[in-house]
Amino acid sequence: MNNKRFLLFSALFAVFALALLAHPVATAHNSNQAATMASTMAAGSTMSATAAPTSSIVFTPVATAALVNGNPQELHIYNYTTYIADDTISNFEKLYNVKVSYDTYETSDVMLAKIQAGNPGYDIIVPPDYDIPLLVKAGLLQPLDVSQLSNFTQNATKRFVNPPYDPGNKYSVAYQWGTIGIGFVPAATAKLGHAPTSWADLFDPKLKARAAVLNSPRETIAIMLNFLGKDPNSTKKADLDAVKAYLIAHKDVIARFHDSDGQISLAKGEVDAISDWSGDMFQVIADPANAKANLQYIIPKEGTVIWTDNMAIPKGAPNKDLAMKFINYIYDSRVAASISNYTGYGTPNQAAIDQKLIDAASLANPSIYPPADVEAKLFVLSDIGDAQTLYDQEWADIKAAVSQ
Amino acid sequence: MAQIALPKSELVLQNSPGLRGDMAIRRVGKVILTIMPWLGYLFLWLPILVLILFSFNQSRTNAVWNGFTLDWYKLLLSGQFSTEKRLSTQYLIQAMGNSAFVAFFSTLIATMLGTTVALGMERLVFRGRRALDLLLYLPVVIPEVTMGLSLLLFFSGVFRGLNQLTGSQLALSLTTVIIGHVVFCMPFVAIVVRARLAGMSRSLEEAARDLGADEWRTFRYVTLPLLMPGIVAGGLLALTLSLDDFVVTLFTSGVNSTTLPLFVYGMIKFGVNPSINAISTLIVCVSMGLVLFSLILQRNRG
Amino acid sequence: MAATPLPYNERRQRIQVRLLVWPATAWLIAFFVLPLLVVFLYSFLTPSSLYQASGPLTLDNYARLIEPTYISVLVRSALTAIVATVICVLVGYPLAFFVATRRPAVRNFFLLLVIVPFWTNFLVRTYAMEFLMNDKGLVNTLLIDYLHLITDPLSMMNTPFAVYIGLIYGYLPFMVLPIYTSIEKFNFRLVEAAHDLGANDLRAFLRVMLPVTLPGVLAGCILVFIPALGAYVTPDLLGGAKFLMVGNQIKQFVDSPTGKPFGSALSVGMMSIVVVALLIYYRFADRDAA
Repeated sequence: MNNKRFLLFSALFAVFALALLAHPVATAHNSNQAATMASTMAAGSTMSATAAPTSSIVFTPVATAALVNGNPQELHIYNYTTYIADDTISNFEKLYNVKVSYDTYETSDVMLAKIQAGNPGYDIIVPPDYDIPLLVKAGLLQPLDVSQLSNFTQNATKRFVNPPYDPGNKYSVAYQWGTIGIGFVPAATAKLGHAPTSWADLFDPKLKARAAVLNSPRETIAIMLNFLGKDPNSTKKADLDAVKAYLIAHKDVIARFHDSDGQISLAKGEVDAISDWSGDMFQVIADPANAKANLQYIIPKEGTVIWTDNMAIPKGAPNKDLAMKFINYIYDSRVAASISNYTGYGTPNQAAIDQKLIDAASLANPSIYPPADVEAKLFVLSDIGDAQTLYDQEWADIKAAVSQ
Repeated sequence: MAQIALPKSELVLQNSPGLRGDMAIRRVGKVILTIMPWLGYLFLWLPILVLILFSFNQSRTNAVWNGFTLDWYKLLLSGQFSTEKRLSTQYLIQAMGNSAFVAFFSTLIATMLGTTVALGMERLVFRGRRALDLLLYLPVVIPEVTMGLSLLLFFSGVFRGLNQLTGSQLALSLTTVIIGHVVFCMPFVAIVVRARLAGMSRSLEEAARDLGADEWRTFRYVTLPLLMPGIVAGGLLALTLSLDDFVVTLFTSGVNSTTLPLFVYGMIKFGVNPSINAISTLIVCVSMGLVLFSLILQRNRG
Repeated sequence: MAATPLPYNERRQRIQVRLLVWPATAWLIAFFVLPLLVVFLYSFLTPSSLYQASGPLTLDNYARLIEPTYISVLVRSALTAIVATVICVLVGYPLAFFVATRRPAVRNFFLLLVIVPFWTNFLVRTYAMEFLMNDKGLVNTLLIDYLHLITDPLSMMNTPFAVYIGLIYGYLPFMVLPIYTSIEKFNFRLVEAAHDLGANDLRAFLRVMLPVTLPGVLAGCILVFIPALGAYVTPDLLGGAKFLMVGNQIKQFVDSPTGKPFGSALSVGMMSIVVVALLIYYRFADRDAA
């Protein structure tokens, strides 16, 4: 008799274990149980700081029935941190009566590593321009049909249509673009004797342990290559070793490598100067709480990378149709303007510029929309193929050596 | 010997050479043994107390005390408290829900597995018992990064293979998180239950046997009730470990499987405002409540 | 297998063994041993920009591991863990002694007083330390603005000091609990006997109490040393770039698209230190099988 009970017990256990294993996405019911679907995200509370003025967008909710099996459809987005306006997502949810889940990453190689390991279920990812050829080669992206993106065809800036890294926009469309420069606290960098103008100022020994370097390997190495007078897309080990030698020689200046929270450290007073994404700096500059610090951002005179982030649909995306709708939604001129006004980055949406939806101050800011003479010194990162491994190794060696 | 009723050790000391040195040692020892524990407690509690205190701080930057307010708690219960989109309350509640979900199933499975294996180890003799002993101990001591990495590589590989072979769409999710949690929770349960089993006298069981009960009835009506405090203690331990786990969860979570620790980690880099303090205070209160509850339980059991 | 069928009792025992023991064993083998073997395998793969890792098998990762840059990180992690363990012993033993020598009625209370801080979320505790040690954090604000003892803020964050504090803070309960168990079982009459034989407190402690409570101390050491060795969150949040420990490095490599093979090799390197520590522990602990 007790044998039977033991058998029953273990059979139940086996069934239970199998059931769990066969339900890889046991998360569905969680999202539905979560608090009210489209919660009001508009800055209504006095406690939350509005980093940049958000143009209020009013959409009349379209009662598009987007229901599958009785459950609202869900879109899974994987994007950089601080890279979308407060209400973009909630407006989309209301407009199409769907749910959106929004995960973030700090640097593109985290996203790359995750996607290469097998798409865990994202519909939209936002890779930088130089990663697109790599992702395509590895067969990790789905082709989009650009003809279905009416807003893109109508509104996109010419430069981003049929770009060199993705001919015909077969796999991606531009999302935001920007530069990487030096963000600093003028009162603290006064000890340099002059306002920072060059990359050398970031590594000035007078800034001992008060500088933070962006933890994005490709960009930082390219900037240093260019600074040392070499090809920013070089794949020669000798060139990379030169960058490594320079950074190691100046390691006392580097307090840490930041993953895109460097501007927060800057505002907190933990560091005096950082290399950072342009928009991140402008978000923190626009925060009224930091007005006293008078944070600044400059594009150093040696030049820097000009990058474009793009929306793409990875293979294995559960909901491609909704993803296409989202991409089209982003290219609405009002949505695009609200995003760029919030993030402080350049918009690829010509219509938004023409319709004067972008903040005039941003348009006039040479660090956000660089004039022609500065643009001449900006360079684009290209696909380096298998040399990626070399870059990863050198970067790891740099970080390990700097930490000694 | 002496008229005063000194404790024996004092008597001996009084009569031994090097008396002054020894009395000095005793005094130093007493000082150390009084100060160090209190320093230790201070060290352990200072950050917690400060955290709780500043959850009532009327200031955005958390460094200067600006006045008492309950606003942060009210904010937690109402709406968004940071401009970073993913830090809205909706996501916080989702994260807490995920944590609870994971903790419930991890604890359940870990307790079942741990109890059964503890029973097997303590009561039965079989080949490979020593090897199993070692195997059970390893997840306790292995660094979490290694366990996380191993699970990540394992699941990625298995899923890639299965997806290609069968067209399924397996991916990292709360399920993989649960599996990982069970791996390191179960040995703890086993250790606690084994300790309890080892300390249990078998006389009651033998008495039951003598009275004619078969093995299953003995187990169900004698062994199990006696064992229950150990199982509960092990279960509570597993629950704590699962709720608090960060590293293994980080490696094994996929889309939409953010647990509370992962959520807080995201906040640390960006948000400085005292809402984190408010969350932590609530967690401390809940934990204290659980602890007091289990204490009362134990006292009732005698 | 016997030629004749086993008697009923033995057969039943075998089934019981299988049912009781195999679920847990199967789980551990499937989700613990196998994954570790996968890590071991990965450490011999070649990084690839397209697929993260691929054949051919190679020893390059290990060749890179023994370069000074990486060996020094391993060594530093081990040394940091040892120092943290030692300090935990020095702080934890008196604390455990205190708790164990309270009246039985209050003993549980004092024990819980040690454990309850541990019940808060680990990250939140680390965040609290960051808040205390920040340049604009509590300690500096007190020293500068209220007590006027110093003018420039003490730079505590992003230093080795901060990491040590964080590690000790995180693992102290792991040290206190086993030592407490040992001391609680300790028969203090042995100390009395030592006194009778002429020993002072120090000798009584060193010669009698410490050896008897040593199993607890050793257990605590292992429970502190190994997690401290592989610590990831504490050095990441409190140490900045300047205090790279093996745990951070492994995570860095895993996060990068081509870093998994080397990350696995690093893991194997760290695990070998763990194995050495365990061997040392078993050598000492076996003498007093508690």
